[in-house]
Amino acid sequence: MKRIVSLEINGRTVEEIVPDNMLLVDLLRDRQGLTGTKQGCDGGECGACTVLVDGRPRLSCIALVAGCDGKRIETIEGQAKGGHLSALQRAFHENLGAQCGFCTPGMILAAEGLLRDNPAPDEDEIRVALGGNLCRCTGYVKIIESVQVAAAEMRS
Amino acid sequence: MSEALPEFQLLAPASVDEAVAALGANPGALASAGGTDLIVRLRKGLSETGTLVDLGGIAALNDITPGAGGGLRIGAGVTLAALAKSAPLAEYPAIPRAVATVAGPTHREVATLGGNLCQDTRCVYYNQSHWWRQSNGFCLKYRGEICHVAPKGNRCRAAFSGDIAPALMVHGASLEIAGPDGTRHLPLAEFYHEDGAAHLGLNPGEIVVAVLLPPPGPVSDYAKVRVRAAVDYPLAGIAVACTQAREGARFTLAITGTNSAPMLVDIADALAEGADADAYFAALEKQVQKAVSPQRTSTLAPHYRRLSVSALAARLARQTAGFAPEDSQRPEP
Ligand SMILES: Cc1cc2nc3c(=O)[nH]c(=O)nc-3n(C[C@H](O)[C@H](O)[C@H](O)COP(=O)(O)OP(=O)(O)OC[C@H]3O[C@@H](n4cnc5c(N)ncnc54)[C@H](O)[C@@H]3O)c2cc1C
Ligand code: SF4
Ligand code: FES
Ligand code: FES
Repeated sequence: MKRIVSLEINGRTVEEIVPDNMLLVDLLRDRQGLTGTKQGCDGGECGACTVLVDGRPRLSCIALVAGCDGKRIETIEGQAKGGHLSALQRAFHENLGAQCGFCTPGMILAAEGLLRDNPAPDEDEIRVALGGNLCRCTGYVKIIESVQVAAAEMRS
Repeated sequence: MSEALPEFQLLAPASVDEAVAALGANPGALASAGGTDLIVRLRKGLSETGTLVDLGGIAALNDITPGAGGGLRIGAGVTLAALAKSAPLAEYPAIPRAVATVAGPTHREVATLGGNLCQDTRCVYYNQSHWWRQSNGFCLKYRGEICHVAPKGNRCRAAFSGDIAPALMVHGASLEIAGPDGTRHLPLAEFYHEDGAAHLGLNPGEIVVAVLLPPPGPVSDYAKVRVRAAVDYPLAGIAVACTQAREGARFTLAITGTNSAPMLVDIADALAEGADADAYFAALEKQVQKAVSPQRTSTLAPHYRRLSVSALAARLARQTAGFAPEDSQRPEP
């Protein structure tokens, strides 16, 4: 079965004809060319495919597009505004929060979801919120520091 | 493109009756909620279906409301993120604690209570990609002839690995189930069967509508054995509830991750005031060791899972009864 869905992706309204079994990660990467959303494990285990759906983190590799009809999707490509990196992007860049960078889009969107909900998280709250995002380069300490720097900047 | 999902149609009923009708009209159809168990299984070729019935649009499944006589009624569609924040549920401490240990925070945003209770059983020879299982001749549970865990046996030993069921069981939860023949109620402890390939007591076309909790009372807690501190299923998990009765402290235990069904363990004797508490808890630990039967279904050795879940049981029993830890030097499992 196919259906027409209408989504807002990074502020743009997008209409697509999709099969019922299409995954959100495939719509984003293959139809929309938004390859910043990564596929790490393909099975809900690593968090690399994390995007925001209606402002909350969501694993796009196990989300059906049909279930996202009418929703607001944000990917890493939508984080920079007017040529300026978001606070989290800049903090990851300047504080060595990214090594190979493969986990980084998922990390940044999971952290963005956290900071919108809780602008002043302590270290434990950051660890819990990023608990589902794996970094194969294992730079976790710098990732947590990057989130702390971004949170402080966003508050000031 | 990702490894493709099989083709299916997605139906989106707006009410429980419509969902039951949709399941009845499409033999082999599967209910789908948050999809964090189901979509992974479909992607790995562990289940097949021509129809998914998405329960996400049924508003009646999404409420937590006061239940009969001071208890709670929790809709099967309530997400784990919402459960973790629920104020009335905090009166049943083991439940939010178990909820907070399920998968990772992003899963919990969409994962539901009903999906958690109805998730599939797990095994290292089963939760693998299609080509991995194919190269191993599949297994008894699905598409194969023999069980790699117990080759002489004739049933699947895959372990039920849900965290929330035991926490609900020690609080005496029951289920409201809707199906083609109407609504029925069943104690959660009677919902599961000790068979890894058919562990759920659901008839075709039935869905879990709500979990019913009696009024709060017991002091309770939940703990699990796992390799990492996040995103890991319980390799063994234990919920303990302690009630102060006239004859002393009474304990109800429920265990997950060791058998194909979560199991309730009733400790017959109460801990009377002035009795030898160390001896009592040592006996309780032994009783748990005897009750569980972990198999080679996970990467941790069965013996280790047996010993660690029993030690955790004794530790939680001490805590919930207000005793100091027996040996605070004992390392965390
Ligand atoms: C990486 C990873 C780690 C995980 N770790 C854990 C863990 O630590 N502990 C744990 O318990 N789980 C874990 N899970 C499993 C899963 O995320 C949770 O069990 C979750 O609560 C399932 O809920 P869901 O709504 O996503 O279920 P779904 O995937 O939508 O459904 C699961 C099953 O239940 C059936 N179902 C759903 N709702 C109903 C209903 N109302 N009535 C009847 N049948 C229904 C579906 O048909 C399906 O077979 C993990 C999953 C992943 C991917
Ligand atoms: S216990 Fe045996 S039959 Fe069941 S999934 Fe594992 S290998 Fe397969
Ligand atoms: S690719 Fe989605 S969780 Fe790993
Ligand atoms: S930076 Fe390489 S995976 Fe995280």
